[in-house]
Amino acid sequence: MSIGKSQIRVDAPDKVTGRARYTDDLCDKNALVARILHSTIAHGEVKSIDTSEAEKVPGVVKILTCFDVPHFKFGTAGHPWHLDPGHRDVEDRLLLTSRIRFYGDDVAAVIAENDVAAAQAVRAIKVEYEEFPFVLDPQEAMKDGAPQLHEDFPNNILGHTTIYRGDFDEAIKEDGLIKVEGWYESPTVQHCHIEPPISYAYMEAGKVVVVASTQIPHIVRRITAQALGLPWGSVRLVKPYIGGGFGNKQDALYEPLNAWLTTQVGGRMVKLEIPREDTFFATRVRHAIRFHITSYVRPDGSFAAREFEAFSDQGAYASHGHGIAAKGMGAFPQLYPCDNLKCDAYTVFTNKPVAGAMRGYGIPQAMFAGEAHIEDVAKALGKDPLDYRKQFLMPVGYADSFSRNVNYFDSFRQCIDKGMEQFGFREKQKEYAAQTGDIRRGVGLAVFWYNTGVWPISLESSACRIVMNQDGTVQLQMGETEIGQGADTAFAQMTAATLGIPFEHVHVISAQDTDITPFGTGAYASRQTYMGGFAVRQTAEQMKAKILKHAERMTRMPVSNLDIRDGNIVRTTDNAVQMSLGELATNVLYSMEYSEHIAAESTYQINSNAYSFGCSFAEVEVDIPMCKVKLLRLTNVHDCGTLINPALAEAQVHGGMSMAIGYGLSEKCLFDEKTGRQLNDNLLDYKLCTPVDHPDLTALFVENHEPTSAYGTKALGEPPTCSGAPAIRNAILHATGVAINEAPITPHVLFEEFSQAGLLEKTAKSVPAMAGADR
Amino acid sequence: MYDMKALYEAESVDHALALMQEHPDALVMAGGSDVLIKMREGKLAGREFVSIYMLDEMRGITLTKDGTIRIGSLTSFSHVIRSEIVQQHIPVLAEAISMIGGPQVRNIGTIGGNTCNGVTSADSGATLMALDAEVELRGPEGTRVIPLQKFYIKPGVVDIKRGELQMALLIKKEGYEGYTGHFIKYAMRDAMDIATLGCSVNVRLSEDKQTIEDCRVAFGVAGPVPMRLPSAEEVVRGASISDDLMHAFAEATEADVNPRTSWRAKKEFRLHLIKTMAERALRACITKAGGTI
Amino acid sequence: MAPQHKLVSFTLNGKPTQKMIDVRASLSDMLRNDYSMHSVKEGCEVGECGACTVLIDGETFNSCIYLAVWVEGKDVVTTEGLTGEDGTLSDIQQSFVDEFAVQCGYCTPGFIISAEALLRENKRYTRDELRKMMAGNLCRCTGYENIINAVEKTMEERLEAKAKG
Repeated sequence: MSIGKSQIRVDAPDKVTGRARYTDDLCDKNALVARILHSTIAHGEVKSIDTSEAEKVPGVVKILTCFDVPHFKFGTAGHPWHLDPGHRDVEDRLLLTSRIRFYGDDVAAVIAENDVAAAQAVRAIKVEYEEFPFVLDPQEAMKDGAPQLHEDFPNNILGHTTIYRGDFDEAIKEDGLIKVEGWYESPTVQHCHIEPPISYAYMEAGKVVVVASTQIPHIVRRITAQALGLPWGSVRLVKPYIGGGFGNKQDALYEPLNAWLTTQVGGRMVKLEIPREDTFFATRVRHAIRFHITSYVRPDGSFAAREFEAFSDQGAYASHGHGIAAKGMGAFPQLYPCDNLKCDAYTVFTNKPVAGAMRGYGIPQAMFAGEAHIEDVAKALGKDPLDYRKQFLMPVGYADSFSRNVNYFDSFRQCIDKGMEQFGFREKQKEYAAQTGDIRRGVGLAVFWYNTGVWPISLESSACRIVMNQDGTVQLQMGETEIGQGADTAFAQMTAATLGIPFEHVHVISAQDTDITPFGTGAYASRQTYMGGFAVRQTAEQMKAKILKHAERMTRMPVSNLDIRDGNIVRTTDNAVQMSLGELATNVLYSMEYSEHIAAESTYQINSNAYSFGCSFAEVEVDIPMCKVKLLRLTNVHDCGTLINPALAEAQVHGGMSMAIGYGLSEKCLFDEKTGRQLNDNLLDYKLCTPVDHPDLTALFVENHEPTSAYGTKALGEPPTCSGAPAIRNAILHATGVAINEAPITPHVLFEEFSQAGLLEKTAKSVPAMAGADR
Repeated sequence: MYDMKALYEAESVDHALALMQEHPDALVMAGGSDVLIKMREGKLAGREFVSIYMLDEMRGITLTKDGTIRIGSLTSFSHVIRSEIVQQHIPVLAEAISMIGGPQVRNIGTIGGNTCNGVTSADSGATLMALDAEVELRGPEGTRVIPLQKFYIKPGVVDIKRGELQMALLIKKEGYEGYTGHFIKYAMRDAMDIATLGCSVNVRLSEDKQTIEDCRVAFGVAGPVPMRLPSAEEVVRGASISDDLMHAFAEATEADVNPRTSWRAKKEFRLHLIKTMAERALRACITKAGGTI
Repeated sequence: MAPQHKLVSFTLNGKPTQKMIDVRASLSDMLRNDYSMHSVKEGCEVGECGACTVLIDGETFNSCIYLAVWVEGKDVVTTEGLTGEDGTLSDIQQSFVDEFAVQCGYCTPGFIISAEALLRENKRYTRDELRKMMAGNLCRCTGYENIINAVEKTMEERLEAKAKG
């Protein structure tokens, strides 16, 4: 049985040797190169563009501007198409735009014979702008009279949804309630996949072919066709290995523009690689969300009423839009249920880079706020933060009426108990209880809520094809994509298990080609193993039935007495091997009577979802005078159902935890208030963690077989990102007594907070001479 | 592909000086880790360059007869760190330089480049200044030596005359003998980062370890260029070691420094850190030198 | 001004080679475009991510900010050069596979080269020291945990092999 084993990744040998080909490795070295001219104002209108100097640059082939592009408006979010127009993404983009909505908007594109000429020409283009006032803060943008970004969205509000339950106003009148209120800030952060977004496009056989680093090939094909006004079948999208995505590549980024550019130069191959700097401001970022949470709590800790407001910074275009804030809000009443609720989530346009999908999709934001708030509630009540959570978290058996998710197992409490034990939480809690001095330690925890896939909001459908070779091995093709998470390996393990063949006999065709690969919506929403699993299982079972039918004919024994085990046809009554699958496949293919190319292909529509819960434990050391936090330990515990590949699951969790550490302590996109320009658009100034900024990471699991799932699995891709930051925040609170409601908790923030708390007044006497400030 | 108008590869120092005469508009490129990045940003695009990277004669660390440590300008950071001469006599320089970037950056970056770009955040700058380092320059007129403190003029501008090359950094025996140093870099990450502040302190204690005979303290990013802190030095010079002295030293730094508010950090925060770091570095020096506080 | 070319002679993965190269080319440009060394990845092109790391005379360099003409007479090693002629993975490559240190794989060859440089010293380092020695490479997938595990494992294997003689 291949499931539950830490099989070696199917792609690892190629990736450690340089044999694995990524987009740029496949592109013709003599392809034309394109480069984009980005606006140098945050808001306004392009009045004119003078390309005369740029045209003179030797090697320039063509310059196209916002005045040349086709007028098909398109949305970019990587969501499945919806048959109901009311459920479609907002279509607010053109390939290039004269109406500038953020500093870095796409004004013109140069196609040249080489990158030097392209860069020179971009610098030589002169643009005349009419500047408008701009707004960078979502709550400012909602005010009457604020600069308006899009005509159809008054007060810049892209979305406003609510959850109102019970009678909030009446409930808060109850005697003896304790009111705990806080504002919580989460930052704009960027995905920072190490391979920048890249694509190349050319025309062949009457089609536009785009080879792109994307998570969602089938969706990008559709969007590209829409943006160019082409029939969808006229675009072919190929996705080779990709160097990470984390949601940024769950959007049509520049693939539509790239496709159009090749059509403007007679179908010649054009490469469009987005430089790292531009990746920061001109692709997508995580929504910064400001939260306002108020809880009215009884002295026993139970909630009388709760109020929640979220203001989500959408940036300049709709992309994934309100889905992020809505998801964050959706978690709120489920995590700590309360009868009387008043929840409002707003998503608001601002003149900033466009926010889209990013690992966790609203939940890292909501957990930072929600779990900071719960910590403060427990503190206000004088209760232990761990016990308080265990008492009031979603009870076992809880069912959500919308997603129809059921909390079948007591995952939260199981995860907390396991983490507490292995982390030694109680011991550390006591050890650090009464510290003084400049350097103090603390421990904290936080939980997270997550679900799996996008049903019932959007379509969940996945297709799979399995083809048998003459030697009994198979090729597996999925519309779902390998983006580093290990999907190909997990699918191979599932196929091997269901088909009854050795893991090594499954060859995964990793690349997707929309002309060849079965439909799948792609890698997002932590849906690959859960959703893809249904398609694999169904297709492998169909394949198995076909094979056994042939075996029945060849062995003259009933199917009911036959099975496939370890790549052989076995008679189940005595476990006698009848023949290998290779013998069967060769015989069947070359038979003069019943030749068949043994293959199976099927689509599975999934009408379910699944909760995926867990928690984080953090231990920190805070150097108060230096305003520095050193993370000493971080442990995550997850219930993601049955583990298909434990080692891969652990690796996934490490990566998510790393992102959570950056989110909690260091990462933030900064913008110049005077111009709207991003200040830190590079990997030096944007502080994502290096190897020395991490402690060792621990990933633990509670395995409850998910009853709704084809293989007992559920979400794991995104959940590890969700609870690390608030656990760190709560550990800092434990260490210093200072509750910090702004992420990331950088030295700058600590300086302000410690100053206000009076912690920076001279205490140097207790400083050890060799204090670890310069570690 | 880099946007260069021309690249002239020097084959010797004399050749380099001749190329610089021949192409007066050309800029000098050492390891290129600074210049190439600016070229990509478009700032130095389309210019001519004289590359001196292949000049091994400008690499290496030697100890001259009079005890002067001479570090060839093209010596990479990692070679400075690994140098036995540096490890033995001025380990604080190795400490400071090992905080730069990551291994690849330390392999390409040169100590000459780090000082010639005139950047206040350069991790070697403060330490070299706290060692009273000098700069050896060679030009058509011959060789001249000036104190590093005078070499820095303003941000991005150093005292290199047209046609001159920085050949070496010199640390005289008086600069290091009997001194114990400590360096603290303050940055947002523990690798691959620009200093928010860099603090380098060198002290010489009396024989009984009770008194600070001499102290040199220098900071990076406390002002427009790396700077010494004379008033703070004055407070502790000749004074007996005590907790109060440490505080007095920390407080005295304020008079010497002039940090600014930028998006990287606020002035108030930097001022707070300057005091904290100066005191910690001084305490660390004293402890390392065998003193107690 | 017409492009300026120069004949560059150097050793690539153990084999002497020479080619006419545009002087404006970075080493990563040359290795990828003229020698199809696809393991040399570009993630930032300014020496911040380490994906393009190669060994030059045994030291690690970001090939994106190193001029191709500077390898004249030098010995350059890319990840391709660590694999045996018959395709056998080197010990560190195998450890990356076995320790699940690979996810998207884009940063992987650069990390392997940085690891190889320190492993050649045949010294025992602590995990913290290993982290510092790998700090010029960024990874967004793994949280570095399994990468450090893989390097540590190979380090111990090599030390053991050396002790055995």
